[in-house]
Amino acid sequence: MRFGIVTFPGSNGDHDALMAVRMGLGQPAELVWHTETDLSSYDCLLIPGGFSYGDYLRAGAIARFAPVMEAVAREAEAGKPVLGICNGFQILTEAHLLPGALLRNASLEFVCDWVWVRVEQTRTPWTQRLVPGELLRLPIAHGEGRYYVDETTLKELERAGQIVFRYVTADGRVTADANPNGSIANIAGVCNGRGNVVGLMPHPERAFDRLVGGDDGLRILASVLDVGLTLARSRGVR
Amino acid sequence: MKETGRWRAEVFVSLRPSVNDPQGLAVRDGLRRLGYDEVEDVRVGRYVQLWLRAADAETAERRVASMCEQLLANPVVEDYRFVIEPA
Repeated sequence: MRFGIVTFPGSNGDHDALMAVRMGLGQPAELVWHTETDLSSYDCLLIPGGFSYGDYLRAGAIARFAPVMEAVAREAEAGKPVLGICNGFQILTEAHLLPGALLRNASLEFVCDWVWVRVEQTRTPWTQRLVPGELLRLPIAHGEGRYYVDETTLKELERAGQIVFRYVTADGRVTADANPNGSIANIAGVCNGRGNVVGLMPHPERAFDRLVGGDDGLRILASVLDVGLTLARSRGVR
Repeated sequence: MKETGRWRAEVFVSLRPSVNDPQGLAVRDGLRRLGYDEVEDVRVGRYVQLWLRAADAETAERRVASMCEQLLANPVVEDYRFVIEPA
């Protein structure tokens, strides 16, 4: 299956994602420039981290209007798996492909660390090989990762099963101390109603091998193989 | 057909009152440390000036409101207001 990695001016996680998919999963992956308008030849899309367009105005606000985003929206609408990582998550919320918004960390500090997240939802193509309640250790690196939705929307997300990951302690408890950025309800990742579009602040692509500190992130990327390989076969690709 | 005018808009964007503003809290605490004990609350926002062409003030206002909704503010977390004057 082919992974498309959407790259904007200012993306910096694109090559990490490329390496994780090629080396970690052994699957073909290509960088797709932000001016591209046809993404139909890819079986899934990654929107990587970084500072697209310098994060001017708001993180993700300008990237949302890049030509490639119309194609991303089209593929998402068609049900193709889309994963937004860090800045990619911010872009997907600005594009209204995911609910909520990501605000300045409560601490006002850029946070670069390893965190524990608990898997809350396994109906998405990006988590279907995981077990509900299991813990993953993943790196974070962001200044604007405080997930926010209003109380009504939060209840709706909980009810609809759209909360995918939460920040927890090493023994799996949701506490204020385990929350690195002040996100509401310790939310680290969410999905759209259908589940094919997922966004998260931690970097699974930076945890694809024990050599780089851990390989829990690879399990998220590997989950998409089930849906992705089916899509690839339907395109006539082995 | 009215003559097209040139307008200047000043747009003020701020986090909604219900949204925590840690930047504002940090500035508030800084002001208090400087002795401004009377400061009760601070909210930090964004200020945008823009110049545009429009037939009349109403059209200019409608266009600027639309710009705020689509790009200048994020309606999920931010409020905006603006003033328009002939440039």
